[in-house]
Amino acid sequence: MTTASTTAAVVRDEPSRPVPPADKGARASGRSFVKRLPGYLVVAVLLVVFVAPLIWLLLGSFKTQEEFLRNPAWALPEDFGNISNYATAWSSVAGYLLNSVLSVFPALLITLLIGTAAGFALEVMVFRGRRTVLLLFLVGIMIPGQMILLPLFTVYFQAGLSRSLWPLIITYTATALPLTVFMMATYFRAVPREIFEASTLDGASIFRSFFSVAVPMMRNAIFTIALVQFFFLWNDLLIALTFTTDESLRTVQVGLLNFTGQFGVVDYGPTFAAICINVFIILALYLFLNRRVMGGLAAGAVKG
Amino acid sequence: MNSVLGDKRAIALLLGPALLVYSLVMLLPMLWSLGYTFFTGGVLSGFSFTGLSNFTRLFSDPAVGPSLAFTVKYALLVTVGQVVAGYLLALLYHFFLKRASNIVRTFIFFPVVLPTVAVSLLFQKLFEFAPQNGLVNSALNLVGIPSVDWLGNPDTAFIVIVLMDIWRAMGFYGVLLYTGLLDIPDDVVEAARLDGANTLGLVRHIVLPLSLPVVISSAIFSINGTLKVFDSIYALTGGGPGTSTMPLTLYMYRTSFAGGDYGYGATVALLLTVLCLAVTVAIFRGNARTQQGADR
Repeated sequence: MTTASTTAAVVRDEPSRPVPPADKGARASGRSFVKRLPGYLVVAVLLVVFVAPLIWLLLGSFKTQEEFLRNPAWALPEDFGNISNYATAWSSVAGYLLNSVLSVFPALLITLLIGTAAGFALEVMVFRGRRTVLLLFLVGIMIPGQMILLPLFTVYFQAGLSRSLWPLIITYTATALPLTVFMMATYFRAVPREIFEASTLDGASIFRSFFSVAVPMMRNAIFTIALVQFFFLWNDLLIALTFTTDESLRTVQVGLLNFTGQFGVVDYGPTFAAICINVFIILALYLFLNRRVMGGLAAGAVKG
Repeated sequence: MNSVLGDKRAIALLLGPALLVYSLVMLLPMLWSLGYTFFTGGVLSGFSFTGLSNFTRLFSDPAVGPSLAFTVKYALLVTVGQVVAGYLLALLYHFFLKRASNIVRTFIFFPVVLPTVAVSLLFQKLFEFAPQNGLVNSALNLVGIPSVDWLGNPDTAFIVIVLMDIWRAMGFYGVLLYTGLLDIPDDVVEAARLDGANTLGLVRHIVLPLSLPVVISSAIFSINGTLKVFDSIYALTGGGPGTSTMPLTLYMYRTSFAGGDYGYGATVALLLTVLCLAVTVAIFRGNARTQQGADR
């Protein structure tokens, strides 16, 4: 299958890749620099296109409402010490962040635990119907989320869960499962079966083999999947929008959407500050772990 | 030994929880949603059986055609944009920047991890027209072009959506395709160079054919995502102006939750699902056929 082979190809760690031979003395001569100049220009333009909007966003978060209306859009803020926008934004964003944390992390923990166990069972254990079950999980990756929203909403409503974060925790756990199982199975496939055969020969029960051999060995893989799923769940809008009926239950993404409405469309400063808080939390995490994130997301590309 | 690895009780305990949660919260609702297509009404108003009337309504609904057309047009354009831009990036990383590409890759990957809602709001501000010009209109004014009401006009709103979603994802496809280029043996490229192939010929006749499998996979991943677009359009235009940028996902959401008609919403969701499955199957078929042709 195409998907399986490509994911396997991109899972590898970057440093182990063959390094292409360096251009022999290319950088030493001035003539080849001129030849390479158009290329450098392209790179420079690309970097501007990708970084400038974020810098503009950051600058805007320090401007007062008056500056927004009086000065042109590219003007620098007059006072970089002006953090009143952040104070205003934080008063509501803090609650949104808490809701996001309280719904994403429990879901993440449950998914990782049962998803790793399932991946282990599907690749290491021997039984009939393994392929079928794996395919069944793959269906969950392909089907649009809209297909499950309505029945779930009905059930949550009738079970009286609507005024809690449970609908989010449950739905997040389930929607993260297919990709977790699929990726975990891919990682386990690369592990020689002999390792588990040896541990069972040594008298370990299958659960001992799972918790004392498989999980420690898969620590890196589990961490990578946790990162990937964190980004998917943290950035989710559709599920959070559907199941948060109460204003006090809004996650960051839903809260941010209503933020503009709450303060009126023209209250720029706090809106910029709120977007900034949302953006730079994620950016800090990404900069800290960028290799891992890139590799992990590439491996989880099936999700589209 | 094999009896331990084949222990039924252990398999049930390890696989059971995941399978149970997945079946109850995803598979069962999918089937349930199919059942909804024969009913009308919602949680609050109650359901009543209507037979096939949702399907006749689907085919005569004047909003479905434009919405379906928008979904397909958007998905095709953005998929092509993401994969082509990603491929150009990958070529840049591999053949021009080489080992120095790391930092550039990191920067261009930024928007991939950013929350879609935040990116959409940022683009709203960048392309703002009223009450205050955003960065884009200000820049246009600088070179003497009058401000454009980007999000107030169906055609320009579509352009902004497409630009934004290519901007958001091209770094991702750049990295994915770059890993594909790394698998091409260096001596093949070197040999072609020695034989006098110029850069364009090299890419067209050597690099592209050898990296075609990754390109096709990327296109599959991309179209699988773009057909399901919701977050970015919901946050950027909300389907507007009017209903001119309304994909099926958003139309389904509106009919179900704003209109309160779960039965018809489920029918639109089914249409979307059929579209996704049809495209996936078509691509896999086409892919298999090309590969057969290549093997012959």
